[in-house]
Amino acid sequence: MNSGILTLALLDGVSYAGMLFIVSLGLTFIFGVTNILNVAHGSLYACGGYATASIGLWLMGNDGGIINSIFSIIAGTLLVGVIVGLILEYLLRFFEKKPPILQLIITFAFFMILEDVQRLIWGTSPYFVSTIVGEMGNVEVLGVFYTNYQLIVLPGAAVIIYFILNWFLKHSLLGKKIVAVTHNKEVAVGMGVDAKKIKKITFIIGGLLGAFGGALASPTTSMVPGISADIIVLSFAVVATAGLGQVTGALIAALIIGIFRSLSIYLYPELEVVIPYVIMGTVLLFKPQGLFTVEKARRI
Amino acid sequence: MKGIIATIILLTGSVVTAFLLPHLKTPIILALSYGLAALGISVLMRAGQVSFGHAMYVCLAAYSVAFIAKAYPGIDGLVLIVCGVAISTIAGAIIGIFVSKYREIFFGMLNLAISMVLFAVIGKYYNITGGSDGMMISRPSFIGFELERDGFETLLLITTTVSILLVTYFIERFFNSPAGKFLCAIKTNETRLEYIGVSARFVFWKGYVISSSLCGLAGAIFALVQGLVTPEMGYWLKSGELVFISLLGGVAHSFGAIIGAMAFEFLKMYAAILMTDYWHMILGSTLILIIYFAPGGISGWLKNKKYI
Repeated sequence: MNSGILTLALLDGVSYAGMLFIVSLGLTFIFGVTNILNVAHGSLYACGGYATASIGLWLMGNDGGIINSIFSIIAGTLLVGVIVGLILEYLLRFFEKKPPILQLIITFAFFMILEDVQRLIWGTSPYFVSTIVGEMGNVEVLGVFYTNYQLIVLPGAAVIIYFILNWFLKHSLLGKKIVAVTHNKEVAVGMGVDAKKIKKITFIIGGLLGAFGGALASPTTSMVPGISADIIVLSFAVVATAGLGQVTGALIAALIIGIFRSLSIYLYPELEVVIPYVIMGTVLLFKPQGLFTVEKARRI
Repeated sequence: MKGIIATIILLTGSVVTAFLLPHLKTPIILALSYGLAALGISVLMRAGQVSFGHAMYVCLAAYSVAFIAKAYPGIDGLVLIVCGVAISTIAGAIIGIFVSKYREIFFGMLNLAISMVLFAVIGKYYNITGGSDGMMISRPSFIGFELERDGFETLLLITTTVSILLVTYFIERFFNSPAGKFLCAIKTNETRLEYIGVSARFVFWKGYVISSSLCGLAGAIFALVQGLVTPEMGYWLKSGELVFISLLGGVAHSFGAIIGAMAFEFLKMYAAILMTDYWHMILGSTLILIIYFAPGGISGWLKNKKYI
C-alpha cells in the first residue's frame, strides 16, 4: 500500500468520524437523559439530509452559492430536528411507565412510519447536492488532493459541537438542570426543575444533532431509502463501543470506527460493513459496559 | 389445554380454507411459517427480551436449504428442512454464547447488528450467494414423493400444520417446566434466580437456542414454499415484522403467535393490494396502538376472558 492511499483513507476516516460523532452524540444524549434508545434517530439523520438537499435545490437551482448551501444546512437541521424531535417526545409521553424495551419498540414503530413518510415526500431516487463541496475547493495534503469541506468543515463541526455541548452541560444553568434530572429526577423536581420541559429540550437537542449530521453528510453522500437503518446501527455501534451516555467516549469511538471503516474501504472493500460491528463486538466482549463507562454494579 | 384445542381449531380451519380456496394455500403456509418464527420471538419475550435480528435465523436456514439443494440435487425436502433447522440451531447456540450475557437494549441491538452483518455479507458475495437476486431452489421430492406444485404444497401444508401442533405442545410443556419458569423469572427478577443457584445466563441461552431453531424451521419451510431465497429475508424490517407479530399475538400462550401471524399475513395481503406505499406506516401505527391499548396482545385478551 502506498502512502497516498493511506493518507486518503485517514482523511476519509476523520471526516466520516466527524459526521458519525455528531449523529451518535444525539443518540447517546437522549439515552443518557431519558434512558430511551431512540431507533428513530436514523430517520432524523435521513430526514435532515433530505431536507437540506431539497432546500438547497429549491434555493439554488443550478447557480449555487456558498451562502445558500450553508443556509440550507441550517434550515434543514432546524426544521427536521425541532419538528421530529418534538413529535417523538410527545409520542413517548404516553409510554412513560412502560419498560425501556417497549419504549424502544415505540421508537422503532415511529421509525417505520418515518420510513414511509420519507418515501412519500422524497420518493426513491437518490438526492445529492454537492455544490458546497465544489465551491469550497480542494487543498493538497501530504501529496493528496482533498476537499476543504471534508477536511475542515466536518471534523471542525464535530470538535466545535463537542466543546459547546461540554460547556453547555457543565457551565450553563439549563445544562446543569439536565444533568440534575439525569442523576436524580425526583430530587431535581423537588428543587423546582421542570422535568417535562427538560425532557422536551433533550429531545430537541438530540433531534438537532441527528438532523445536523444528516445535513452535513448530504453534500458528500447521496440520500437513498434505507440509509436510516444503516446509520442507526452504525451510531449504535459507536455509542455501545464508547459506553451509553458517554460524550468524550463517543468522540474517540467515532474516530476509531471511522478510521478503521475507511481503511477497510481502501484495503478490503468486502469488509466495510462488518468492521464497525467487529470493533463493537470485540470491545463488548472484554468490556460489556463499553470502553469509557465507569464500572457499575452488574445488573445480574 | 384450552390453548391447544384453540390451536387445533385454528389449524383445522386454515387447512380447510386452503382446500376450499386453493389460491390461499401459499399465503396460509407462509403465514403459518411466520407464526413459527414469531413463536421463537415469543420465547424470548417471556424472558422480557426483544431481539431485533431474529430474521437472520430465518434467512440462514433458508440459504442453507438453497445451498444444500444445489449441492445435492435429488435430496428430499424433509431432509432439507431438518438440515436448515440444524444449521440455524447451531448458529443460534454459538451466537447465543455471546449475546446471552446482555439484556434489553444491548441484547436487541446486538442481534440487530449481527443480522445486519449477515445481510451485508450475503449481499456482497454475489458470486456465491447470488447477491440481492437471491438463489432459486428447484422443487425437491418430499418424503419420497415426486410431486407437482399443487401436491407439493399440500404436503408442505400438512407438514407445517403437524410441526406447529408438535411445537406448540412442546413449547407449552417447556413453559410449564422448571426451565421455562426460570426463563420467565429473568423478566421478573433475575437476581433472585441467581440467589437460588440457577445460572440466568444458561437459562437464557437455552431460550435463545430454542428461539433460533424455531426461526430456522420457519425459514426452511419458507424457502421451500417460495422456491427462492433473497437477502431481504434477513433484513431488519423482517425482524421488526416478527416482533410485531408476537406483540400482536401476545405471549400468554403459543397460540398467540400463530393467530398473530395469520392476522398479520392477511392484513398485509390486503394492505399491499389497497395501499402499497403506506405499508410500514400502517405497521408502525398499529404497533403503537397495540402497545397502548392491548399490551397482552390477542392471546393475553383471550386469557383474560378465560377462553384459553
